[in-house]
Amino acid sequence: MSAELQALSDHIASSLGEVIEDRAIAYDELTLVARTEEIVRVVSFLRDDPQCRFVCFIDICGADYPAREKRFDVVYHFLAPHHNRRIRVKVQTDEVTPVPSLIDLFPAANWFERETYDMYGVLFSGHPDLRRLLTDYGFEGHPLRKDFPMTGYVEVRYDDGQGRVVYEPVKLNQEFRNFDFLSPWEGTDYVLPGDEKAKA
Amino acid sequence: MGEHNIRNFTINFGPQHPAAHGVLRLVLELDGEVVERVDPHIGLLHRGTEKLIEYKTYIQANPYFDRLDYVAPMNQEHAYCLAVEKLLGIEVPRRAQLIRVLFSEIGRLLSHLLNVTTQAMDVGALTPPLWGFEEREKLMIFYERISGSRMHANYFRPGGVNMDIQPELIDDIEAFCDPFLKVLDDLDTLVMGSRIFKQRNVDIGTITLDDCWKWGFSGVIVRSCGVAWDLRKSQPYECYEEMEFDIPVGLNGDNYDRQVIRMEEMRQSVRIMRQCLDKLRAPDGQGPVNTLDGKIAPPSRKDMKRSMEALIHHFKLYTEGFHVPAGEVYAAVEAPKGEFGVYLVSDGTNKPYRCHVRAPGFAHLQGMDFMCRGHMLADVAGVLGSLDIVFGEVDR
Repeated sequence: MSAELQALSDHIASSLGEVIEDRAIAYDELTLVARTEEIVRVVSFLRDDPQCRFVCFIDICGADYPAREKRFDVVYHFLAPHHNRRIRVKVQTDEVTPVPSLIDLFPAANWFERETYDMYGVLFSGHPDLRRLLTDYGFEGHPLRKDFPMTGYVEVRYDDGQGRVVYEPVKLNQEFRNFDFLSPWEGTDYVLPGDEKAKA
Repeated sequence: MGEHNIRNFTINFGPQHPAAHGVLRLVLELDGEVVERVDPHIGLLHRGTEKLIEYKTYIQANPYFDRLDYVAPMNQEHAYCLAVEKLLGIEVPRRAQLIRVLFSEIGRLLSHLLNVTTQAMDVGALTPPLWGFEEREKLMIFYERISGSRMHANYFRPGGVNMDIQPELIDDIEAFCDPFLKVLDDLDTLVMGSRIFKQRNVDIGTITLDDCWKWGFSGVIVRSCGVAWDLRKSQPYECYEEMEFDIPVGLNGDNYDRQVIRMEEMRQSVRIMRQCLDKLRAPDGQGPVNTLDGKIAPPSRKDMKRSMEALIHHFKLYTEGFHVPAGEVYAAVEAPKGEFGVYLVSDGTNKPYRCHVRAPGFAHLQGMDFMCRGHMLADVAGVLGSLDIVFGEVDR
C-alpha cells in the first residue's frame, strides 16, 4: 500500500513541480501541501490525470493554528473509486487571503466552503454565494477559531413582554471550567506556575 | 381579458413540517407547481459538536457521535473509534470486532427501517412507519441490553467495546432474525409493491453516476446508479473481510431504486448478523472485548478493588484521559446513510486538536437543488425522503 502511495506521490510531484510544497505519507494516507493560489490546478490535475482519477469529492474543512503566520489550514479530501485510494490536500491561508473556490470542478464544494467560511472566516474567491451556513441568521464571529470562547458571546431567549426572541450577552452562573489535566509526570513540557523562574 | 401578471412563487417548506425529517427550512421557488430552485437553510439543529469535542478528552468526545445521526448511533462512534485507534496504532481484539460489526449492522437496520417506512409516509401511506417502529423497538432493546441505553449508547470505545455480550443476548438476537425476514417480506409486498408507492417514486429524483461522484454522494445513492461501491467491501475495516454478503445495486438511480436497495441491504445485514453470532459462539470468537493496554482501556471493576495499578489507571483515564500521538488521520465507515468520515488532528495531548465530521447527509442535502429542479412540489418530500436525511449529522 505504502509503496503504491509513494509512487503516486512521486508521480504527482514530478507532474506538478513546485506547486506541491510538501508531501508526506503517514498512517497509510497521502497528504500533499499545495500552494494556495494553485489549488484549482492541483485538484483538476488530481481529478483528470489517469493515474490519479480522484473524481469523488469527499470533504473540505478548515483547521486553525493561531501560532502560525498563515493561521488556517484548508483541508481537502478526495477519493479515487477506480483505484480505491484516498488523498488529502492542504493549503494554508490567513484571515484576509482568499482561497480559490473549487466550485467549478466540484459543485459539492459549495456548502463545504460555506461551512469553512462560517466556522473559520476563510474566504473563497470565485464562490458565488458565500453566506453563513450552520450558524444563526445574523451571527457574528467564527466559532471554530481557537480564540473564540466555547461558551460564545450571546445567548438567546424568548421574551414574553416583547413577543420575540432577544439576544443578550452570555451570563454564566459559574465560569466554564476547562480543567488542565496534562500530567507533569510523563515528560510533557508542562509549566507549573512558578517553574519558569527556575529556568531563568 | 388582460394579460396576467405571472411571477414565480416562493414558499417556505418547514422548519416545522413532518416531511422535512427534522428541522429543515427549504426555500422553494415555484413556477406554478414546478420547482425552479431549492435553497435549503440548515443549521437549526447546530450544536457545535466539533467545538465541544476540542474541549473534551478522547473518551469524553465519544458520546457526541451518538447524537449526530441519532437513528443509527453506534455507526458514528465506530468511525471515531477507528480514527483514534489508527492514531494510537492499537489492534482491536477479535471478539470486540465481531460485536462491533454485529451492532453496526443493527444500526443499519434501525436506519433503513425508519427510512423505507417513512418514505411510504412521505408519499401518502400512514401505517408503514408503525410497522417499522415496531421492529425498531425490538432492536433498540438490544441496544439497551448491551449498553444500558436505547439510543445514545456510548458503547464502542477506542480499543474495543465497553462490555462483553451476554450469551442470552446472542440467542435473542438470533431469535429476532427469522421473524424479521418475514416482516421484510411483508414490507416488500405492502410498500415496495404498492402501486401508489411506485407511481410516486419511480423515475423521480433520477441522478447519474457522474453527478454522484462530483457532488460527493456515497452509500445507497451511489449504489442506486449501478456501482457496487461499498466501503465494507472496497476498503474493509474490522472483520468485514471475512463476512459473506452481497452489495445490491440499482439501475436507474431514482427514488424507487434507492428504497429497493435499502430493503435488500437489510436482508444482507441480517445475513452478516447471523455470521457474527455464529462466530461469537465459536471458540476463536472468545476473549477480551477491549484492548489489554491499561493506558487506553479502563480496568474491570473487579480488578480495581484488588489492584493498585488498576486503580491508578482508572483514575488517570477518567481525569486526564489517554494521550494520542500527534498526527492526522481520516477514518471512514459505511454508515447506513453513506460514507461517514472523521478527520482527526491530534497534537499529542489528551484532547483532539481538531475533529471534523464528514457527514453523508450534508453532501446529499446539498444535492437537493439540482435533484428537485423541474419536479413537482409534491416530489420534493419524496426526494428528500429517499436521500435519508437526519439533521443530527447534517447540522452537527
